[in-house]
Amino acid sequence: MSCEQCHEREAVIHLTQIVNEQVTTLHLCERCAADKGVENPGALPKTPLGTFLAAMGQESSTQTPAPRSGDTCSRCGGTLQDFRETGRLGCPDCYRSFESPLRDLLRRLHGSTHHVGERYADKEVTTAPSLLRPQAAELREQLRLAVETENFELAAELRDRLRVME
Amino acid sequence: MIDLSLLTDGGVGWLDASGPSSHLVLSTRIRLARNLAGRVFQGRNSETEREDILDTVERAARDSVLLRRAIKFRLDRLDRTDRQLLHERHLVSKELAGLDADGRVRSGASVLVQDRLGVMLNEEDHLRLQGLHSGFALDAAYAEVDRLDAELGQRLAFAFHSEFGYLTSCPTNVGTGLRASVLIHLPGLVLTKEISKVLQGLAQVGLTFRGLYGEGSEVVGNFFQLSNQTTLGSSEYELLDHLGKMVRQVMDYEEQARQVLLRDAPAIIEDKVWRAYGLLRYARALSFEEAMNLLSGVRLGVGVNLIPDVGMYTMNKLLVYTQPAHLAVAEGVAPNDPDLPVRRAQFVRKVLESEVGRRG
Repeated sequence: MSCEQCHEREAVIHLTQIVNEQVTTLHLCERCAADKGVENPGALPKTPLGTFLAAMGQESSTQTPAPRSGDTCSRCGGTLQDFRETGRLGCPDCYRSFESPLRDLLRRLHGSTHHVGERYADKEVTTAPSLLRPQAAELREQLRLAVETENFELAAELRDRLRVME
Repeated sequence: MIDLSLLTDGGVGWLDASGPSSHLVLSTRIRLARNLAGRVFQGRNSETEREDILDTVERAARDSVLLRRAIKFRLDRLDRTDRQLLHERHLVSKELAGLDADGRVRSGASVLVQDRLGVMLNEEDHLRLQGLHSGFALDAAYAEVDRLDAELGQRLAFAFHSEFGYLTSCPTNVGTGLRASVLIHLPGLVLTKEISKVLQGLAQVGLTFRGLYGEGSEVVGNFFQLSNQTTLGSSEYELLDHLGKMVRQVMDYEEQARQVLLRDAPAIIEDKVWRAYGLLRYARALSFEEAMNLLSGVRLGVGVNLIPDVGMYTMNKLLVYTQPAHLAVAEGVAPNDPDLPVRRAQFVRKVLESEVGRRG
């Protein structure tokens, strides 16, 4: 079947739409589908984390607030896009730079975001100040704001973090 | 050519079949992923930084008790056969050995080995501490690696986050950084076609399986590596306890499957294992895959006492030394030598002739 848009390439994406209670199906090639803003769900990054990462990318652009330091890690210059493509982070500080989307990813990968195993004895000395957790009071303030603005996902996350600290 | 005799047991102490449940479990491996604080991860670092990591960690290792006498192999300075040899001995990963599709060895890729302990350097993470024990020995293997972690941790600064734990290049390893794997032989479950059900069950309880050579490898000779999938949210003790319980259950299933086979199809099983033995004993050419499958059959025969005169140590030895790089080095040819299948068959015949009748 050829693409209904360009009539040249093979249709690989079959888009079913409901417009004015009419069901229509569009058969499109990958390029025309991309022009219409439809991504081929088969074309995920080929890493073991592919699905997670793809899902994470979508969420970070719609629901999750952007990382505070922008899309680039201030320490190593790595971006969220780099991570999505390679499945590897650039440096320990990336865990802070991309904390919000990573927290979501960790929850899905491991069912948790909290390390409960052995603690590194010298962590206070060796952890960069930037990696130290924020004060509980600050988190409570963020939680209050999140509830006020009905950002419940963020609120749940903050509540989890507070629970761990207390 | 590297000289593995430098290692006290040639780096293959794990195949001596002395460990618990060694008729089913070949080896237990523990690895801990660690990175040095304040440095970029491997994917973004330079050759100079990797050399520096190597120097820094080696100094710490020489200062420790457990790796004081470690032998260092620089993978980036070895030829392909030697790298493959180290990989076949389970001392280095496929990635570190540069045996992946692109076939490139990263500069600085090295391993330090002393007895059952080792550290891979400049792998996906700066350090991959590992311990390899014979048989089913999760607690003993972890205790040793944990001591090494403490020793190196005192001399180096590891990247650690108060909430996320040990930080790793890939978030799948963050937290404990612990991956425990048990290499187990499951021919009974394969023959009774129960294996997929068992593997699905393991996936549901957060465990995963791989082939003989770990990540990305295929299952050959009915050998499976069972390991924990998650590394965060459970303590090391809980992860090991969970894996241990599940492995014990899989071992029970395997024993039951073997009993079912012996009860319901004794003649078929007896024929199968002796046929495998006969082929190994008399074949004139054996591919690696064929040798693995036949060894699996004989191993089953030895395990259920149908083949009385062959020891598990002999079985393990054949398993290791018939691998392409091992055989090639022993025979002084290239691992892709067209004559290798003939040499493999000769080697197997010689070992079986000289060792049968003597318990390994």
